[in-house]
Amino acid sequence: MVGIVAYGAYVPYNRMDRKRIKEALGIPAAPGEKAVAGFDEDSVSMAAMAALDCINGIKPGEIDAVYLATTSTPYKEKQSATTIAMAIDAGSNVRTADFTNSLRAGSTAILAAIDAAKAGAKSVLVTTADCRMGAPQGALEQVLGDGAAAFVIGSDGVVANVVDTYSVSKEFIDNWRDNNDTFIRPWEERFTVAEGYNKIVMEAVKGIAKKTGLTPGDFAKIILYSLNPRHQMALAAAMGFQPAQIQDSLYMTVGSAGTANAPMMLAGALEEAKPGDKLLFVTYGDGSDAIIFEVTEAISSFKPVRGLKKHIESKASTMTYGTYLKLRNLVTIDKSRQVERLSPYVPAMFRNYKQNLSLYGTKCKVCGTPQYPRQRVCVNCQAKDQMEDYRFAGKKGKIATYTLDFLAPSDVPPTVLGAIDFEGGGRMICEISDCDPAALEIGMEVEMSFRRLYKVGSFSTYFWKARPIR
Amino acid sequence: MASKGIKDKVAIIGMGCTKFGELWDKSPADMLIDSAYEAIADAGIEPKDIDAYWYGTMATNISGLSVSIPLKSQYKPVSRLENMCATGSEAFRNACYAVASGAYDIAMAVGVEKLKDSGISGLDIRGILSGNDGADINITAPAGFSFIAPAYFKKYGLDPKQGKEVLARIAWKNHKNGALNPKAQFRREVPMENIMKSPMIAAPLGIMDCSGVADGSAAAIIVRAEDAKKFRSDPVYVKALTCITGPGHSGMYQDYDFTTNKETCYAAIDAYQQAGVTNPREQISMAEVHDCFTPTELILYEDLQFSERGKGWVDAMNGFFDLDGKLPVNPDGGLKSFGHPIGASGLRMLYEMYKQLQGKADKRQLENPKLGLTHNLGGLPWQSVAFVSIVGKELD
Repeated sequence: MVGIVAYGAYVPYNRMDRKRIKEALGIPAAPGEKAVAGFDEDSVSMAAMAALDCINGIKPGEIDAVYLATTSTPYKEKQSATTIAMAIDAGSNVRTADFTNSLRAGSTAILAAIDAAKAGAKSVLVTTADCRMGAPQGALEQVLGDGAAAFVIGSDGVVANVVDTYSVSKEFIDNWRDNNDTFIRPWEERFTVAEGYNKIVMEAVKGIAKKTGLTPGDFAKIILYSLNPRHQMALAAAMGFQPAQIQDSLYMTVGSAGTANAPMMLAGALEEAKPGDKLLFVTYGDGSDAIIFEVTEAISSFKPVRGLKKHIESKASTMTYGTYLKLRNLVTIDKSRQVERLSPYVPAMFRNYKQNLSLYGTKCKVCGTPQYPRQRVCVNCQAKDQMEDYRFAGKKGKIATYTLDFLAPSDVPPTVLGAIDFEGGGRMICEISDCDPAALEIGMEVEMSFRRLYKVGSFSTYFWKARPIR
Repeated sequence: MASKGIKDKVAIIGMGCTKFGELWDKSPADMLIDSAYEAIADAGIEPKDIDAYWYGTMATNISGLSVSIPLKSQYKPVSRLENMCATGSEAFRNACYAVASGAYDIAMAVGVEKLKDSGISGLDIRGILSGNDGADINITAPAGFSFIAPAYFKKYGLDPKQGKEVLARIAWKNHKNGALNPKAQFRREVPMENIMKSPMIAAPLGIMDCSGVADGSAAAIIVRAEDAKKFRSDPVYVKALTCITGPGHSGMYQDYDFTTNKETCYAAIDAYQQAGVTNPREQISMAEVHDCFTPTELILYEDLQFSERGKGWVDAMNGFFDLDGKLPVNPDGGLKSFGHPIGASGLRMLYEMYKQLQGKADKRQLENPKLGLTHNLGGLPWQSVAFVSIVGKELD
């Protein structure tokens, strides 16, 4: 049987209490908080982090395909799934694809992975992330949040079998962005919910119920895409589900992360699922996909590295609205006395992808010293060209020393920097992200985290930073 | 040891140094002409007597033409070189070797840097420093050197407040000295409290833990030691010259603990061996060291063997390195009071040693100094170039 072999999630460390919007803009605010991607995060980096959370115990080299589903890629032309494949070190013999432009892209990618697995692919990694913006003072600004989820679909060690699927496609406009829009344009909600969300989802759910003969009572959970839990709960109730069956929409803790919203909820449901549970997974956007999963005995033998719940719990809720505006480039910052970073040289990026995206250093075959950055002559014994590849990603480290750089150009100073000593040897001097500067100390344990390092010129560049273990 | 040195083979017979600071009305050529002609006049020679030039600058102009055109040197060799913060000193070292080899009779080393025109704090050297592969680390020089502070404090049991006080004491001393120097950029004593409360730049370093940004130029004229007395009665002899350039080991290997600068340690060993110095704490009369940031000067006390390991801070607090201490460090006010025009700084340090040895340091004059040491540190604590020179007033 084909199904989910592994699952994982990622939620940015920083959250903004919705009260901050009220304070800043003088408008009523909804309860709860929203997860906000850091200055060094985007959908690609978050999807890569979810992938690393997911492939716990799975060899990256055994992954046949890497998919990314999102409506917020850094490029219109240039794939992002390749970046994620590099971050998890999947090797080059891997099929990659971006599924974009629809909030349903997450389930589209999962369905494509299911098809690939049925056709013999051993394991297909599906990642999904979103980082979308509603304009300040609008309803979407409050309800949206950022996050990611990832799944490995395959046929060995399945933790949740695919029972059946049913898809509906509809030409329908509710929220949209054209090629130049920064913010989502919403149509009037009363129309879009009544004629779009309610009817289209209903069609998919009725369709799969009819196809399988299953009724609401047969499901442990319905995992239903939610922009606003009020509409989600009402729709689920109208379809015959009890409140206890409805998987938490993440509204209070994360916000709705677009393409990744229902997949994140699915990851959350799997964390709590018991063998035999049937899960009805329903997405929405230009139609609706419904997938029924049945949880297997193997569910207890897989755990993500951290998973959704722990990611939600690990947070800093101190973000102000001013910081939020800066992170989203919604205020112009005085950079008149800063030296603008040079746009990178593509051949230099090309030469160093293995180092910078997959975090490979080298290890001397003569003296065994791991070293970063990659060296040809050993830093310890000076042997020439006796190196083998050595991957630092996934290695724990300790802070040897650190500083807070208030002078380095940054929209959100200070830039936190440290010297990181890795277990097993090797040292790296790099940025430390997601930390409380006051809590930093020599000896603190850190882990490496994949980040969008710079957005410069028209390039988004990616690299790794240390962060306190979440 | 393969480093034999050129002890007592060459001498300085003339030096010049501009005032350092925000020299809005001076071009790099103006500064160069001012320091070069001061050195020429001091040596009592004519411009045409100079056989070859070594020009040190990090990022102010390229090529020897930046010297030959302003000075109108008449078809003589001019080499332009760069070695980060040791640039000015490196111009001097190479000029000394040229003279010692017998290739030239009279050489000039001159360093210039114009930092203030750009309107930014520091240098615009984008694309030079990095591979520009999109993954360059976003780190400034003060941040790199502030790595030393928490590591040193923890290793030697200083709490953050105590540590901050030690650093402030170093800045306080240098400003106190600089207040006596008409060529310094900053000529005011600064109370300890103001130093400790100054705005944060790279925690725990405040702005008063950092050297300033300045324009400036300095120059030296070098001849063979045996010829020196033909030019003046009080030449200054070169006892040791070294510039140790590290393999980056400290940034990659865990045995380095950020409480030292290995390149400086090796440079000190090499220089003392060349000069025949066996007890630097006793034998070195005074030193100009690279106080780019206060933690740098702190570890240099130990790396240059002025203090025992872990005791540099004690010596600093006890005034050992004050102008009236046993081993005055940065008697001219240091980078802290002068600012740091990269290409000029090393020669500016030498200028103070030269004047002190000649008894011409005015209010800062030390009592009968015999040996002076200059030191530069370029790069970051874990990957650097470290220059040390030792100069003296007598031939051994």
